Amino acid sequence: MEPRILTRQGDGSAVSLTRSQLRSELEEGTRAAAARARVPELRADELDHLLDVFASRARFSAVDIGDEVVLSFDGSGTPQQGSRVDALVQYEQCLGADTCELYHIDYSYKAVKTVVGAEQQAMKEAQERVTIPVHYGAQPDLGRYSRPDGPCGNWSELLPAMRIDEARAAQEEAVGLAVEDMVHVAGELWEAGADGINFDTAGAGGDADLLATLLAVERLRAAYPAMGIMVGMAAELVLGTHGKLEYRGTRLAGLKPEGQCRVVQEAGATIFGPAVNVNTSHTVAWNVARALSFMKPCMDVARIPVHANVGMGVGGVPMNAFSPVDAVSRCSRACVDILKVDGL
Amino acid sequence: MPVAHAVASGMNGLRAAGDLVARLEMTKGMRLTEAKKTVAEALGVGVGDLADPLVMHEVRGELRLGRVFEAETTYPHDPSPQEAKAAIHELLGLG
Repeated sequence: MEPRILTRQGDGSAVSLTRSQLRSELEEGTRAAAARARVPELRADELDHLLDVFASRARFSAVDIGDEVVLSFDGSGTPQQGSRVDALVQYEQCLGADTCELYHIDYSYKAVKTVVGAEQQAMKEAQERVTIPVHYGAQPDLGRYSRPDGPCGNWSELLPAMRIDEARAAQEEAVGLAVEDMVHVAGELWEAGADGINFDTAGAGGDADLLATLLAVERLRAAYPAMGIMVGMAAELVLGTHGKLEYRGTRLAGLKPEGQCRVVQEAGATIFGPAVNVNTSHTVAWNVARALSFMKPCMDVARIPVHANVGMGVGGVPMNAFSPVDAVSRCSRACVDILKVDGL
Repeated sequence: MPVAHAVASGMNGLRAAGDLVARLEMTKGMRLTEAKKTVAEALGVGVGDLADPLVMHEVRGELRLGRVFEAETTYPHDPSPQEAKAAIHELLGLG
């Protein structure tokens, strides 16, 4: 009888599988991505390597010495660490971060606009105390511009009512407002000393959300040629909440990591972060194989560094605020070994 | 989670040369292999040394690029973060 190996479900809970079962999980994961995204399945040698990683009984797994990559941490810091800037110092001095990120708890450019002066002051302090690069990060968060939170029509209400043209017009109006807010906040933080700006979970609100991000990046690149600009995606597929929006001739609805990478680098970003969400009903092995298959094609078209998103609930990492290190380390290693990413 | 990633695959940040490679990636959009090579050449070390905290601790001290400290190993004469970043920008030609 085959021995069982402890591994994890997508929610982080423990489950014991045999080596044969783990292989099946990996094969089914890559097959699921191939069917969904019309991308190639992982090669046999890649699946073999992943099987060795996941079938190991070791508590921790790591890349080979010399294969280390840059870690750009978003949302750096938790309340136990003291002030926001104290947390950045700890990320630098104690946690081995290659970059860190100052952020406001209401992680939205629209919200930050109202307190941007305070954020500039915090960035100034961060720059005086931290040597590693400090990003400023928030989300494009297009939904905030719809009623009742914002001035535009609410497309989430208009679409189910089949008021399609009104829903599209509302999103187009929101794009214009969001671009102005993002350019304003990013410019102010850059002027205060930020080493880079992070647009996190771009496309979370669909194709209009992504378009707003790209237009903001384009304007920031023109205004600040030396600005580091990181665009991290929200999901493996851009939802067509508008459906007709294009960026320089590319339809945004339905873009997968390869297409997302193309438009992000065309807009002028310096780092692209693909995100593939976790299915908690499947194992981490299944999710990792699926995520790698989704992301792999973007490595071939990338001219800028690719930092795969491997935080809670993305890139195979369990959807749990306290993910076990056995699962996190395997996801981390898998991205580096298989994708040859520039960072995480 | 940050600790797990840092130990599994990170370049060790200020403990080694991770922040320097990161600066080239984020500022110039340079891919990892080229960024590592550029930093190694600028520092006069091998690419394989970049994530080695022992090698890089000495190099960073000599070039005044900032480094981590502990209770037993303090460096009161090391540069402040602002001074260190000025040295890093000059070393890497970041303008």
